[in-house]
Amino acid sequence: MADTHAKTVEPGWFTRIAHPGMFMGWSRHVIVPLIVITTLAFAVGLFYAFYGSPADYQMGDTVRMMYVHVPSAWLSQFCYAIMFCSAIGTLVWRHPMADVSQKAAAPLGAAFTALALFTGSMWGRPTWGTFWEWDGRMTSTLVLLFIYLGLIALWRAFDDQLKAARIVAVITLVGAINIPVIKFSVDWWQTLHQPASVFRLDGPTVDSSILIPLLVMTLAFSLLFLTLHLVRMRTEITRRRIRSLEIAQARAAGDAA
Amino acid sequence: MIALGQHWEFVAASYGGTLAVVGVLIVWTVLSARQAKARVAVLEAARQTRRAQ
Amino acid sequence: MTGFFAVIGRDLRLGLRQGGDLLTLVLFFVIVGVLMPFAVGPDKTLLARLAPAIVWVAALLAQLLSHDRLFRTDFEDGSLVLFRHAALPLEAIVAAKLIAHWLLTCLPLIVATPVLALVLGMDGPAFRLAALSLVLGTPALAGFGAIGAAVTVGLKRGGLVAPVLVLPLSLPVLIFGTGAFDVARLGGSSQALLLLAALSLLSMVLAPFAAALALKISGE
Repeated sequence: MADTHAKTVEPGWFTRIAHPGMFMGWSRHVIVPLIVITTLAFAVGLFYAFYGSPADYQMGDTVRMMYVHVPSAWLSQFCYAIMFCSAIGTLVWRHPMADVSQKAAAPLGAAFTALALFTGSMWGRPTWGTFWEWDGRMTSTLVLLFIYLGLIALWRAFDDQLKAARIVAVITLVGAINIPVIKFSVDWWQTLHQPASVFRLDGPTVDSSILIPLLVMTLAFSLLFLTLHLVRMRTEITRRRIRSLEIAQARAAGDAA
Repeated sequence: MIALGQHWEFVAASYGGTLAVVGVLIVWTVLSARQAKARVAVLEAARQTRRAQ
Repeated sequence: MTGFFAVIGRDLRLGLRQGGDLLTLVLFFVIVGVLMPFAVGPDKTLLARLAPAIVWVAALLAQLLSHDRLFRTDFEDGSLVLFRHAALPLEAIVAAKLIAHWLLTCLPLIVATPVLALVLGMDGPAFRLAALSLVLGTPALAGFGAIGAAVTVGLKRGGLVAPVLVLPLSLPVLIFGTGAFDVARLGGSSQALLLLAALSLLSMVLAPFAAALALKISGE
């Protein structure tokens, strides 16, 4: 039988991530380094975007819009993937950090999806002539934005945030199954109504001089997202602490009265 | 200045929009974090004084 | 198995007892469909072209209004608690309720389709296609609606959240439902109907599990 008494157990690596108190402890030290490398990545990326890369031979300088459009679109998907993994954590393990992660990610995802639509629209105007085109990608991104906004509305409709996290997780999972279906149906719909598609809907052909700034900017945006997500998670944990403190305070005031 | 070509307004609008959205996100994140920290400090202080009594 | 049919029977009897609600639903469907010509103008050829879209949008909106009745009364009078502890798994009970719900809310809409077909100037083949697409597609609408209903059943101020959640999920149903009418592409019509049927099967499998899970969480 193992010696079970009088031994302080060193918390394992999982507990260090998982336990909210410990999370607050180590995450505080991670924020400033994250901010620094995010800023660096953006500096390098922007330099490459404007000085270090040539104009595309077909599209001229409009290709530079790709350096914000592609990362935004990538983030809108990446954020949903994070929400999806967090949703599994909530439903399968009832992990409190998973709840917090889901809630913190949703507005960020919505913002970057909206940005992807906006930059896509800006790119579309000089390229296709219109601000909006009902092509597969833009339409799917618009639907994704509605899914994000619906999730945020759902978060706000609940008083009990623990229950909210699990319900939102269910919808996140249902959405995850449906998003490929939606994408497929929108593509199908689009080819249906434009049998001889004349639009070049793809982005620029990926040449290495364009690829490097694109990758750096995508990395920069991802780091930005992770930093914001981390800080928002900390704020959410603090807000839950505020709630329990307020309840305790109200109870104490009630006892005193 | 960087030569942005004939569609510079759209490039500018894209980057401007990005800056605006990212800026709002950062400001909102920082402000809500600060606000939460301040509130928690007030509540913790109240709790300490209650404990001391 | 008898329990399964018993739940279907119960829901059917309860639904028919409040028959007035269901007639109102059909009325809503017809009114929305009739509304369109007023908005668009009495141009017959244009209306005939828009007819499938109008029928489908009217069906979609009618479905959005109806799915709240799936779980709300059971939640409020405590039957949901009984269902959770019943011998029949909650997923099976939800599936049975979905079947009854489809019979009560979607079947009347399909029966009312001739009225819209007449008003919108659809010819025979177009009307039959519309009815078929509704038969194949409304189970999917009911399924996704059930998920939305289960998720918002405990909410006091949940009013518009459920439609906002359900509409993006229902988009593929709308696309394939109306896509069945496109004749420009060879085989496009039957492909759309097959995809529609596949969607309905997917949602009939997915919805009971997702809805049952959401109901369990809401009931705690």
